[in-house]
Order: sequence, then structure tokens, then C-alpha cells
Amino acid sequence: MRYLSDFRDAAACAALAERIRRLAHGAGEMQFMEFCGGHTHAIARHGLRSLLPENVRLVSGPGCPVCVSSQGDVDRAVALAGRDGVTVVTFGDMMQVPGSEGSLQEARALGADVRVVYSPADALRLAVDCPGRQVVFLGVGFETTAPAVAATVLQAQRQGITNYSVLSLHKLTPPAMRAVLDAGEVRLDGVIGPGHVSTVIGAGAWRFLPEEHGLGCAVAGFEPADLLLAVAELVRMVVEGRPEVANCYRRSVSDGGNSRALAVMEQAFQVVDADWRGLGVVPASGLHFRPELADLDAGARLALPKLESREPAGCRCGEVLRGVLEPSQCPLFGSACTPESPVGPCMVSTEGACSAHYLLREAG
Amino acid sequence: MCLAVPVLLKQKRDDSGTIDLGGVEREVSLLLTPEAQEGDYVIVHAGFAISVLDREEAEATLSLFRELADSQGQ
Ligand code: SF4
Repeated sequence: MRYLSDFRDAAACAALAERIRRLAHGAGEMQFMEFCGGHTHAIARHGLRSLLPENVRLVSGPGCPVCVSSQGDVDRAVALAGRDGVTVVTFGDMMQVPGSEGSLQEARALGADVRVVYSPADALRLAVDCPGRQVVFLGVGFETTAPAVAATVLQAQRQGITNYSVLSLHKLTPPAMRAVLDAGEVRLDGVIGPGHVSTVIGAGAWRFLPEEHGLGCAVAGFEPADLLLAVAELVRMVVEGRPEVANCYRRSVSDGGNSRALAVMEQAFQVVDADWRGLGVVPASGLHFRPELADLDAGARLALPKLESREPAGCRCGEVLRGVLEPSQCPLFGSACTPESPVGPCMVSTEGACSAHYLLREAG
Repeated sequence: MCLAVPVLLKQKRDDSGTIDLGGVEREVSLLLTPEAQEGDYVIVHAGFAISVLDREEAEATLSLFRELADSQGQ
């Protein structure tokens, strides 16, 4: 498929890398944050850092939904999995994330009914097929996943399915980006905007970056040439001193986003404060069900108690997620903590910064 | 969670469709992209198509790359 291969084309990548080098030459140090975990993974996988000049650095931000789920969120999921008559359904990445009392995978080994799916639609189908069980989907994800989950919930309501519910741990990305900037711990010169989140919310959602923070934003796709084009745009904005939002992923992203997906999300969810690993409670950054959908809210329906949560000892995920610490600077990186036996969530998901850096280390 | 690559929509039935993933067929929901037609490329996230690839925009970006490669080759 040429829409894939052409965006991986070596000549295009070389030309873009050369353009970045020329633009950045003599322009001082620049540091850009790739917000999205998919980008973090792609940058490591294609070795893109090695194509950049020394004065252009990329740091990873809090853009992996599995990694930013708080320890309390993981613990609630594990507690639910232990209930009689409950089937917990989740994306594969959540299985290995260590909670205070073990992971979902360990809960399953001890007899809990935990299933892995690719789509919330599969979870709803499972509920229809198992009428005797309460099927709870773990709603983990950003604006890309939330509309899909919202669609299944509205469908369950329409069809009168009473044994399906969702534990909504969904999070919104622009408030998290604001929280990182407001914390002021990491000096940034621009942001690589998430490609698929922006497909839903629109490139225009990032306009607060130039307007309020004086930072350029380049929305990027996931192929090497896409990412290099975005970096070239960010370097150009720094050199010209004109921050703006550049949409470098026009084949999927419009300025206003996917209005249908936004409407479905709006119909099911209301915006609430949410607890992020590494960032703490970020105002107006989470999604809970609207009161009229309370029956489909697993948290309300299954009355989860408040749990005491402990972060894994020695894990520095919080700092990694805020872009303050490089994964390799964590004392556990690559020794006590590896993808085979992860200590923290950033080593679990392939979109996690620690896992991406580990991959690169193995390749190099 | 995310396939991240555009995939061909082979068949469409109401609000769902069949995509071709390197020879393996899989069902996707088109609830969020009702405008998708058979033969389109869609971007799929968590089993739902979240956008229909805009071929004109894809071509425009590719020709930008070609121009860049040509201008630097000189
Ligand atoms: S290397 Fe492991 S322990 Fe250290 S921050 Fe990353 S995930 Fe946490």
C-alpha cells in the first residue's frame, strides 16, 4: 500500500533530515516533546533520534493511556476482577501493569475471569453471550478510544443490555499537556501533536499552545517521514520565532476533528477531574458517564470501595511521564525492570517511554 | 490498542464493515465514520474506524516530500 510505503521512503526521510539539519544549524538547543505514546514507539522503532542534529532533542510526554492510569485505577480494576460473577474485559496492555496487590494477569492466574479484547464492541458481544455474568469493560484510553466506548454504552442502553458496564478511566490530552507546561519542570520549544487524538478532536484543539504558551505544535502521523516533517516544522517555527499549529497529518486530521465521534462522546460522558500517574489530579481531564447512564457505570453499579494504593518501590514512572527523567536514568531500567518483568507501567505498554527506550537499546 | 496504519475497507454493511489486514479479514465498526465507502482506506482504533483517509491530502504531502528530495538532490 503506497500510502504506507511512501511515508517510509528512505529518500524522503533523508531529505527531511537534511532540511532539519539546515534549519537548525547554528540555532541553539531545542527540545520538543512528543506527547503521544504511539509517536514515542515509532521514534524508537525507526531510530529517528539518530537522524536529528545534536541541538534538536526529543523528550517523551505522558501520552500512553496505560502508563498514566493511576495506581488507584489499576487497583480498582484488579479488585473488580476478584468479584464473584464479574468478568473484566480489557485491552492486552493493561494485563501486566503491576498494581499494589498484583496485576490483572496475576488475578487471572488466581482464578479471576479476565478477558482481553481488541475492541469494546467485543466486550459488549461477550455480555450478550454471557447473560449470567456482569461484564465490565475497563475504559482506558484518550479521545481516540473514548468515542468507541461511548458508542458501545449507548448501544447497550438502546438494546436494554443490563449486564454490561464500563469502568471509565478515560482521560483528555490537552489538559494533561497544560499540566506538564504549568509544572514548569521541563523546558520545551514545541510539541509534536498526537495524530489519532487529533483525528478526533481536531488540530485546532492545540491552538492554546501558540496562543497561551508561545509554543509551536506540529500534528504528526506515525510513519518516519510524518514525524520528521513535524520536527522540521517545529524547528522552522523556532527559527522564525513564529509559533503556530501546523497540521502535518492532513490525510487523517482536519481542523475541527471527527464531529460524529465528538458528538457520541458528548452524549455519553461529562468532563470531570482525573488522577494521572505522574501528574496527580488534573482539573477537567477525565470522562465519567452522564447521570442518565449511571446504570452503565461500573464504578457506581458495583460500589467499589476506596483502596490504599502504593506505587511500585523505586519506580520513577512519574518523572518519566512528565518528561523530567530519561527512562535510562531510572536505576531500575534494564536491570530490575525489563519488558519481560516490568516494575512500572512505562515498561509494560509498547507505547510506554521505558519500553520504547528498551527496544532501542536492544536494537542498538 | 491502535493499528495506526490505514487499512482497506473491503465491504460495508450498515454501520460495520470488513477490513483486510495483510490477508486477514476483520470486522470494524463504522459508527464513527458513516461516510466510509467500500474501497476507502480507513484508520482503525480499538475496532472502530476513526477516519477515512483523504487521498488528495495524502498525495499533497507525498508531492511535498518529492519536491524536497528533488531540491536537495540538485
Ligand atoms: S524503568 Fe521501570 S521502574 Fe524505572 S521508571 Fe521505567 S517503568 Fe518505572
